[in-house]
Amino acid sequence: MAAVAIPTATDLQIGGFNFENCRRNVVLKEKGLKEPTAYKTGTTIVGLIYKDGVVLAADTRATEDTVVADKNCEKIHYISSNIYCCGAGTAADTEMTTQMISSQLELHRLNTDRKPRVCTANRLLKQMLFRYHGYISAALVLGGVDSTGPHLYSVYPHGSTDKLPYVTMGSGSLAAMSVFEDGFKPDMEKQEAMQLARNAIVAGIFNDLGSGSNVDVCVITKDKTEYLRTFDEANLKGQRQGNYRYKRGTTGVLKTQVKKFDYEVVGTKVKGEEKMETA
Amino acid sequence: MATMTSGISRPGISAAEFMKPDWLTAEHETGTSIIAVEFDGGVVIGADSRTTTGSYIANRVTDKLTKVTDYIYCCRSGSAADTQAVADIVNYHLSFYKMEMNDEPTVKTAANVFRELCYNYRDSLSAGIIVAGWDKHNGGQVYAIPLGGMISRQPFTTGGSGSTYIYGYVDSNFKTGMTKEECLKFTGEALALAMARDGSSGGIIRLATVTKEGVERYTITGNDIPKFYEG
Repeated sequence: MAAVAIPTATDLQIGGFNFENCRRNVVLKEKGLKEPTAYKTGTTIVGLIYKDGVVLAADTRATEDTVVADKNCEKIHYISSNIYCCGAGTAADTEMTTQMISSQLELHRLNTDRKPRVCTANRLLKQMLFRYHGYISAALVLGGVDSTGPHLYSVYPHGSTDKLPYVTMGSGSLAAMSVFEDGFKPDMEKQEAMQLARNAIVAGIFNDLGSGSNVDVCVITKDKTEYLRTFDEANLKGQRQGNYRYKRGTTGVLKTQVKKFDYEVVGTKVKGEEKMETA
Repeated sequence: MATMTSGISRPGISAAEFMKPDWLTAEHETGTSIIAVEFDGGVVIGADSRTTTGSYIANRVTDKLTKVTDYIYCCRSGSAADTQAVADIVNYHLSFYKMEMNDEPTVKTAANVFRELCYNYRDSLSAGIIVAGWDKHNGGQVYAIPLGGMISRQPFTTGGSGSTYIYGYVDSNFKTGMTKEECLKFTGEALALAMARDGSSGGIIRLATVTKEGVERYTITGNDIPKFYEG
């Protein structure tokens, strides 16, 4: 045995992706068992450019097969103070990808002493996703404002990107896009843009099984970023109109019986008054 | 289409499978119509603007005419991810080349950098690219790099899924020695015909000329798109 403790592979904190479950899954499959399913965010995410910035919006439902796993999850991820990113696909993949790019951009900012640009984030994302041949299920809507103005990109799992004035992604993207195609105008006012983004998400929430719950919105302008968590609750629970509990005594008592049982006292202990913690 | 019974219990398809959006599995393809023509002093390039994922149009105003250097452009067809990645890599190499040589790379050089990548990775890429541009040595040139990574210089070439519909048109209407304006008309009409017959091509027509003066871009939208027999 070595005199000095050598850290084993499991002791080392390794960042990034972890593939150790891949082999386990192969073995499970060989034995005829079902492979564990990843946590997918059947999602509606959107983004649009307006007069002085970018509006990003997302629903808050996370699903695992047919089960709603989280009714209020966060799908708008932080990239930097002036760039945010909505994620659809496998929740773990969107979370890790955005975190890794966020970290790289922060180092880039520290090195260059400049605010990161949206095209930089886009390039980092597409090159990473391309390397993984689409196995990282991250479909993203990347938006932000930098020294060159507002920018909006959609990024697909295989690593292709589109630069557009309005984009939608996720299983509810068709419903959301129909709202955008109907209502989008260039150079909208902030309130108008936020309302349109909300309506697009609501269309996804109501018409797509994979989307639901609330609307999160993020508005990015030249010198301010507003993250409006639960901007709107699309499905407000109705107020209960009456009291549906049974009144006491609804079930008649036919007979009452009290049974006593014997027991032995093994020991007793009197606890002193506990001192107050004053340290 | 779908019946009102919840898709959740459709026999044979689990709800998760039913809900699974096809952008997760289907690769993002540019089922495309692209074309490039040489003329005296430059080239005319053109493309439709449709990008599809399965049957959904992911982008209806795509720009498939991608800049590689100030005087060299490429028309992309095939997987969007693959062609964007290849174009970015070639752009990097040629920018570096330009800085080291202190001169613009030739179109032939650019086309061969594309070919190198397309041939070496022919089993993992699906990219059909047309490289077109102008240089001071040989003027306007068009190089076709189809799927396997072959390279060939041609007076004009078409590509993408829509090209199959217009071989008859281009072969009967192409004439050597056309002017820039004649080439623009030729490419515009060829694309309009391809877009009308090919389901995975459509949207607007994007055209560009590359000459000694640099690039000039044109877009043809809506009612300005040439019309032919429509039944």
